[in-house]
Amino acid sequence: MKILVCISNVPDTTSKINFTDSDSKFDKNGVQFIINPNDEFGLTKAVWMKESNNASVTALTVGDISSEAILRKCLAIGADNAIRIDCEALDAYSVAKEIEAHCNEINYDVIICGRESIDYNGGLVPGLLAGYLDYNFITNCVSLDINSDDVKCSREISGGIETSECKLPIVIGAQKGLVEESDLIIPNMRGIMMARQKPLEVIESKDFSNQAVDKKFFKPEEKGEVKLINADEIDKLIDLLENEAKVL
Amino acid sequence: MSVLVYSESEKNSFKKSSYEAVSYGKSLADKMGVELICVTFNCSNSQKLKNFGADKIFNIESQNSQEFTCKVYSTLLLKVIETENVSTVILSSSADSKYLGAYLAGYTYGSYISNVVELPESINPFIVKRSCFTNKAFSSTELKGDLKIISISSNSYGIFEKEGKGSQEEFKVDEIETNHKVTNIEKQSGSVTIADADIVVSAGRGLKGPENWKMIEELAGLLGAATACSKPVSDMGWRPHSEHVGQTGKPVSSNLYIAIGISGAIQHLAGINSSKVKVVINSDPEAPFFKAADYGVVGDAFEVIPRLIQELKAKV
Repeated sequence: MKILVCISNVPDTTSKINFTDSDSKFDKNGVQFIINPNDEFGLTKAVWMKESNNASVTALTVGDISSEAILRKCLAIGADNAIRIDCEALDAYSVAKEIEAHCNEINYDVIICGRESIDYNGGLVPGLLAGYLDYNFITNCVSLDINSDDVKCSREISGGIETSECKLPIVIGAQKGLVEESDLIIPNMRGIMMARQKPLEVIESKDFSNQAVDKKFFKPEEKGEVKLINADEIDKLIDLLENEAKVL
Repeated sequence: MSVLVYSESEKNSFKKSSYEAVSYGKSLADKMGVELICVTFNCSNSQKLKNFGADKIFNIESQNSQEFTCKVYSTLLLKVIETENVSTVILSSSADSKYLGAYLAGYTYGSYISNVVELPESINPFIVKRSCFTNKAFSSTELKGDLKIISISSNSYGIFEKEGKGSQEEFKVDEIETNHKVTNIEKQSGSVTIADADIVVSAGRGLKGPENWKMIEELAGLLGAATACSKPVSDMGWRPHSEHVGQTGKPVSSNLYIAIGISGAIQHLAGINSSKVKVVINSDPEAPFFKAADYGVVGDAFEVIPRLIQELKAKV
């Protein structure tokens, strides 16, 4: 079984969010990049499937050379090989098209993405990819069990869990629950050394055009100071929520 | 041309988020000078959408659409999109709608944008405002492509009653072949879900142990609120994972979010900061949540919450 895990390079949660080029681009200056958390849940699940399903795991990212550091980390975590499609990730559409073109050359059985990235929060790439490839698609996926080409999986829905069955090939939008936070693999020295020997292939971009253009970013208005209410006068809090904030 | 709203229903009734999507769709259709089409699946109550602006209502009945799967729904919606010359599709931010949006965009080679918070500032070119960077920023985004699909952020637009023409029309479809079958749905019954709640009462490690959640549940019950928790609380197994809100948990976009004994780590705030009004109750005045909140009470939850419950009971 061939598994592709699509990895997005995202700013660490604690990063300061600033913009440059007349507020049209995210300012990467001084920002620490990490594997998108939802992708990492998916990668860990894929690494488990190496044993349970005799799977091979390829980690892929679309980005410039600066994104190779996280691919090396994916290799250290347990991916067998890595691929970087060499271009600036402009929007979800061009990224999904680049991945689709690669998937048309190598037929993967399972493609795992994170349900959404923590930077642009679009939640687009897995769905677009499934739509372009005409594969089955499960997002917010919290369990995945594959037996030959039979898939049993579940996803989080409003107020519960839905279980369904389908056939391979499939695109998965991973999230916490597929594996738990405590299951995430912290690469050890041996893993890091082995990662240096594993293949990291760079593929040329096909230069797809973008479909969504961020014209201008702006930050929310500065929030006013918190209004403090004395713990002994809790009726005042109710009054404020009722009559000032009008939310009760 | 026309605007289409996929109007999600469950057991023949619509959620608030469905009405909000129809209200948004109506305003957009008016702005564009076109008709508003609402599509429901296996719903006998779709006539209700007339009051929120539906000009044409199609209820699609078929065997394979009894349960939502994105491929069957996308295929069926595409038929309406083609027949009715639809240029823009509006979705809510429910789990199913966001699931559908990206797939539908891939399937139709359209373009989809999520977390939209306002009506488009311009139709041609199509420019719309959405939140990103977990609500730490907004973007004015231009969307290209012939078919545009928008999902609107919950509670960002509001619900407005406005009479549409409301003609109910039949839309005949053939059964769509699929190998994807829903086999089981497990839902907690009775309680308000985090996604649908106007008010969320959330508690953290400050509560000291799972046995102390009774007062949280009582408070939530009085307010008609959903209960939620911070990540450490779900990691320790005090509360189910389904209650975990934050960056890797569920997003919250309620009208009122009450955080009790939660310090307000950046990962927690990332998941909840699109809520309109935030209240923090914490014994540590230095807790970072006080910087993110609108109202704060510095005090021991074990004294403040019973007092709050008492006051609320006195009002009823």
